[in-house]
Amino acid sequence: MSVLIFIDQSEGHIKKASYEVATYGAKLAAQLGTTAEALVLGTVTDNLADLGKYGIKIVHQVANETLNHLDAQLFTNVIAESVKQLGATVVIFSHTQTGKAISANVAARLQAGIVTGASALPDTSNGFVVKKTVFSGKAFANIAIHSAIKVISLNPNSFHTLAGDGLAEVSSLAIAVGNPKVKINSVDKIIGEVPLTEADIVVSGGRGLKGPENWGILLDLAKELHAATACSRPVADANWRPHHEHVGQTGVQIAPNLYIALGISGAIQHLAGVNRSKVIVVINKDPEAPFFKAADYGIVGDLFEVVPKLTEEIKKMRGE
Amino acid sequence: MKILVCISKTPDTTARIAFTDNNTQFDENGVQWIINPYDEWYSLVRAIELKEKDPATVIHLITVGGPDCDPVIRKALALGGDEAIRVNAPAKDSYYVAAQIAEIARQEKYDIIFTGKEAIDFNGSAIGGMVAELTDTPYISLATKFELTGNTALISREIEGGEETDEVALPVVVSCQKGMAEQRIPNMRGIMAARTKPLKVVEPAAIDALTSILSFELPPAKAGVKLVSPDNVAELVRLLHEEAKAI
Repeated sequence: MSVLIFIDQSEGHIKKASYEVATYGAKLAAQLGTTAEALVLGTVTDNLADLGKYGIKIVHQVANETLNHLDAQLFTNVIAESVKQLGATVVIFSHTQTGKAISANVAARLQAGIVTGASALPDTSNGFVVKKTVFSGKAFANIAIHSAIKVISLNPNSFHTLAGDGLAEVSSLAIAVGNPKVKINSVDKIIGEVPLTEADIVVSGGRGLKGPENWGILLDLAKELHAATACSRPVADANWRPHHEHVGQTGVQIAPNLYIALGISGAIQHLAGVNRSKVIVVINKDPEAPFFKAADYGIVGDLFEVVPKLTEEIKKMRGE
Repeated sequence: MKILVCISKTPDTTARIAFTDNNTQFDENGVQWIINPYDEWYSLVRAIELKEKDPATVIHLITVGGPDCDPVIRKALALGGDEAIRVNAPAKDSYYVAAQIAEIARQEKYDIIFTGKEAIDFNGSAIGGMVAELTDTPYISLATKFELTGNTALISREIEGGEETDEVALPVVVSCQKGMAEQRIPNMRGIMAARTKPLKVVEPAAIDALTSILSFELPPAKAGVKLVSPDNVAELVRLLHEEAKAI
């Protein structure tokens, strides 16, 4: 009996969201009176023993290069086999693109109940109850898992990462990997930009910017804040900005620490994609824009005047 | 070519979210039901486009639910598809639903199974991966493009921080999102044709759900927006830095 945390890596480096699930899994293990162990697939350059800082006792690594690329079937085989070999009773994933590709498959293989999009530690006082977001962030549900093995996929940015001291034991796990049925033809990573779902700060624009030629003021602000950029659905539909920037119910759902909305009215479908943000700032000339009701801070004013001033003031604050 | 499109009935995107019976039931009062947008706009429409290219293609739709799902599945048939299957049982949890779909899929042997990347009510993102696992089929999640050359699929999918293009021999299970296809409106001919298309009702396989919903909660209300004058942008920066500690 242990809590096994899946640690995702890309090009040898542990993903930010994985430190979050490591912290979460370690807290849960303490709550259950058991140990937190991690599972890493593929070869890595980061020092795996450092996962001890987040409360991990043992890191199990299947150091097979075939596992440096995500393949749902191979990963499912290897993770399910690891769970059996290690006798884990709780398996934790991060609800990222990687988690969405494999967590449900692993659960089905193990006949384990799964809660995806978890937002808090389980309540284990009477059974095993996990809180998750439902209705695209408009509500929460408390879900009881009845199976012997439990799988949780944690929403990114919903649990505070805590680093302390300590080193984990690193141990190699021998599991047959097999050959992938899916061939990866090309990988196209967006270089130099902050990935939207991992960003701490997101600056987003709507129709209030009036046209793609006006995005300069938004990009300047984003650059100053080291923020990712996003947009509303009408903006993506009009091809003012690429589709991968569309946040909302039918686009990307994000939960940054700070979301700054420029010229976005805040339709319910847009809010469904951003309402898990910790702090929301709305700048809009229409005082009746529904977004103000969901915001923490707001400025009713002309964004073409306010945004450049905001960038300047941030520079000033930082003493630049 | 034989394609299965998984359909879920969800509340409209603008539906008011409220709960009854001591917060244990979703309040269906006044709620409009729609086809889950990811199932409709992306997976169903892409399947229809594949059939338009190759008319020999057969499209089946499947849903797990009671008779209240019939209007939604008829609407899906109005867009396209040859016949629908409804597994006559409440959608108890994602494993239960996926296992019912897998049961049918094992009998019918589909070349392609499409799901939406998630349903907008329970946001599970689980059905595709489970069906793939339960039918021992390769799974491509979060697909944004799907092309067929003979028996090989070329699929673009979202990965962390970018996109990758995969090649896989059929059969395959694919979860679909924005980019796969564009929303369509059913036309009168489609609506008329849907009335006579077969909607098979089958009884569920004996499968135990592994989870259950105990209760719902609404998020705590926001404290209210703090408005700052457009002439005092410095104050907003100060609040974000000192009070919210967000920058």
